[in-house]
Amino acid sequence: MASFKVNGKPVTVEAEGDTPLLWALRDNVGLTGMKFGCGIGQCGACTVHINGKAVRSCLMPIAALEGADIVTIEGLDPKGQHPVQKAWQALQVPQCGYCQSGQIMQAAAVLKDNPNISDAEIDAQMTGSLCRCMTYTRIRAAVRQAANAMKGA
Amino acid sequence: MDTPVTNLSRRGFLISTVGTGIAFSFLTACDTREASADTAKPFEPTQWYSMDGAGIVTVNVIRAEMGQHVGTSLARILADELEVPWENVRVKHVDSDPKWGLMVTGGSWSVWQTYPLYSQAGAAGRIALIEAGAKALGVDPASCKASNGEVVSGSKKIKYTAILAKGGLEKTYTPEELAKIAFKPVADRKLIGKPVMAVDIVEKTTGAAIYGIDAKVDGMVYGCPILPPTRNGSKVNSVDDSAAKAVKGYLQSVTLEDPSSTVPGWVMVIADSYPAAKKAAGLIKVKYTAGPTANVSEKDIQDHGSKLIADASKGSVLPTGNTNTAPVFKAAKSSIEATYTTATALHFQMEPVNALAFQKDGKWEIHTGNQWQSLVLPWLATALAVPETDVVMKTYRLGGGFGRRLNGDYAVGAALASKAIGKPVKMILTREADSTFDSVRSPSVQKLKMAFDKDGNVTGMEHHVAAGWPTEVMAPFFMPKGEKDVPFDPFAINGANHWYSVGAHKVRAVSNDLANKTFRPGWLRSVGPGFTNWALESFIDEAAHKQKMDPVEFRLKLLKAEGANAGTAPNSVGGASRQANVVKLAAQKAGWGGQLPAGTGLGLATSFGQERDMPTWVACVARVNVDKATGKVKVEKLTLVADAGTIVDPDGALSQMQGASLWGLSLALHEGTEFVKGNVKATNLGTYTPLRMADVPVLDISFVDSAEAPVGLGEPATTIVGPAIGNAIFNACGARLRHIPITADAVKKAMV
Repeated sequence: MASFKVNGKPVTVEAEGDTPLLWALRDNVGLTGMKFGCGIGQCGACTVHINGKAVRSCLMPIAALEGADIVTIEGLDPKGQHPVQKAWQALQVPQCGYCQSGQIMQAAAVLKDNPNISDAEIDAQMTGSLCRCMTYTRIRAAVRQAANAMKGA
Repeated sequence: MDTPVTNLSRRGFLISTVGTGIAFSFLTACDTREASADTAKPFEPTQWYSMDGAGIVTVNVIRAEMGQHVGTSLARILADELEVPWENVRVKHVDSDPKWGLMVTGGSWSVWQTYPLYSQAGAAGRIALIEAGAKALGVDPASCKASNGEVVSGSKKIKYTAILAKGGLEKTYTPEELAKIAFKPVADRKLIGKPVMAVDIVEKTTGAAIYGIDAKVDGMVYGCPILPPTRNGSKVNSVDDSAAKAVKGYLQSVTLEDPSSTVPGWVMVIADSYPAAKKAAGLIKVKYTAGPTANVSEKDIQDHGSKLIADASKGSVLPTGNTNTAPVFKAAKSSIEATYTTATALHFQMEPVNALAFQKDGKWEIHTGNQWQSLVLPWLATALAVPETDVVMKTYRLGGGFGRRLNGDYAVGAALASKAIGKPVKMILTREADSTFDSVRSPSVQKLKMAFDKDGNVTGMEHHVAAGWPTEVMAPFFMPKGEKDVPFDPFAINGANHWYSVGAHKVRAVSNDLANKTFRPGWLRSVGPGFTNWALESFIDEAAHKQKMDPVEFRLKLLKAEGANAGTAPNSVGGASRQANVVKLAAQKAGWGGQLPAGTGLGLATSFGQERDMPTWVACVARVNVDKATGKVKVEKLTLVADAGTIVDPDGALSQMQGASLWGLSLALHEGTEFVKGNVKATNLGTYTPLRMADVPVLDISFVDSAEAPVGLGEPATTIVGPAIGNAIFNACGARLRHIPITADAVKKAMV
């Protein structure tokens, strides 16, 4: 069992302490935006924010999250209009879309910490998130567009 | 109540307002926009769409959404001819039903196959509305045109909704009449070829899109399978779950009895949560009698392929015209021969295969992502021992298709487990199990020969290909016949039957039976041409260099658009001349023939895409830099040009080209695994390493402006990038590569 906040609301999950956060969120809390891809933290599809940092939820046991502040794609913006989401929509980044929640959460966390991100830093920060449809050139452009929008705001 | 029109060509085309009213009852989880609440009888001129009293048009789409925004492009074809505003159009991805006919999403076929059907359906509805509208306005139908949901005659006009409100709209078209329906002039198109935001984009940026893995039903339990030591032929002797009983939530383990032999040797571990099922699976000891392929290696499979190629009695020779090459090679002044190989490749779609299965009101429901419902339904029926009509598939968004989900074998595991325990079972494969159970792209061995006369003209060519045959294993009814009526798998040889004029031309497809036994060969994005074009375009390059000709000039000389390569209407108008055109354009755009820094090279490759009946003319120039000390290859830029006829959704088309080209790069430099003891060696991202952002080059992609028939775009670019890179490496450092994936080590060894 563990208690933490998810998208601003207090949640208590009745599950074994070693349950990965990914499955607790999907099957106990009922949020399915983040996805299961590899189970070893190397694809990024399960990325959520824990205390403001992008984390692979498939490797994170809930026992380690007592009192944590967790944000999922569903809670990134109340209307789905975070600058990163807007850029993703404007450039029609998603193909199958399965990895995109993770990509967006990764990009949102990276840009919050580093609004003046360079092109090389975009590549370095996003390369851990696999996209099998290979939407990479659009992800690259969308992160840049979101960065510009966030600086302008 | 009218019966559904099951076959337009046989049963005519019923235009009637006597609709069934059921169009809006079964909106699946895939629907992106809500159906109208209007309760008036819908106008349902065909089974492909209906229009309600509020003018909302719901287009029934049988194709699965797996990233190609297929609902958007198909609905726009229909809506354009019907003359309805795009904002009034809804896309409905339908459940399996015999009335739809063949349900398959693959082969880059969706737009090509649907375009004539939906154009006719939309145009017929428009004509019926014009006739009824003219009557209502008291004018001659010839004075009317339809535009934006209205029928207009001079200053008079009436909305479609007002025509529907009057009722009595009924007309039948014979197939002959249907075939004569004139489509709108290209200049009058309002949707086809125009920019649009695909209907599935927003939901894929907010976490709202629902995939197979998200499917839920009350009372379901979770299943995690333990896989046997071989894909086929293993038997379970005993299951010891004593250690698993300590796992909280573990319920039971079931050895699946499968009359369809789809998932032989599976043990399904059942628990009340997925982590518990997975944890328990790790603690259960299963004893097997392993199948006969338990020790097969990649080398065994490839050696077997080479042996089969050496035996002229094996395989099927494609009907490519004059196939009598022996005398030509005997008379040749010179010739060239080379052998190419490709390694086993995984689909590694992001969403591991999964399915939710349960019985409800006497029917089986299978909730999953699937690309070929018509193929798996009979397997499910056999496995469950029920008639096919008692199984319904509800297709969800696919977290990547790439051909993996053409083979729906995984769904059988979930269905059998549900039947065995009498509860809904939600089964998810771990990534490692997904890779092990993958229907991989078979490794291939290919031998090519070309003959020249004394003037250096090409007089003959042979291309022999040995690989596992997915269609033979899973859908033999889909195989065409070659010479002497010997069937062949088109998805393991297409691409070799190219549009170059080479004189006598023998293309031989050989089924590698050891591959077929060891694994279930898969259709992987770009299928046969994904490996045949690697060999063909590398070989054409080698032949050009042997003849001391520029590889672009050499290709253009062979792309003559004569005889069988002249092309035919409607799909291949212009024939090889259109392939020559994209070759020229790509070369020009990439600066072919210009000065390059040391260690940098350009390489070109081209193709007609997936099949001769649906040619998508593509060419790619790769610019690579090779580190001569290490052999490491950096792809700097890919320049691609495609002539795909009419482009329906320009941004969707571009995204398919972007994805397909990077797939080609990934398969050429970053992927590949091998069979070891009957199974693939790489099962997760530690060892299987698809392309990531850091290695993505600059892409320059353009389309030839064309009003010809639209053809497929999901795969063709995949087939040309690998050989373009190989040819560029040769030009950069003199290393000729004949195997993919290309490793730094192999480049270093091949440098002269």
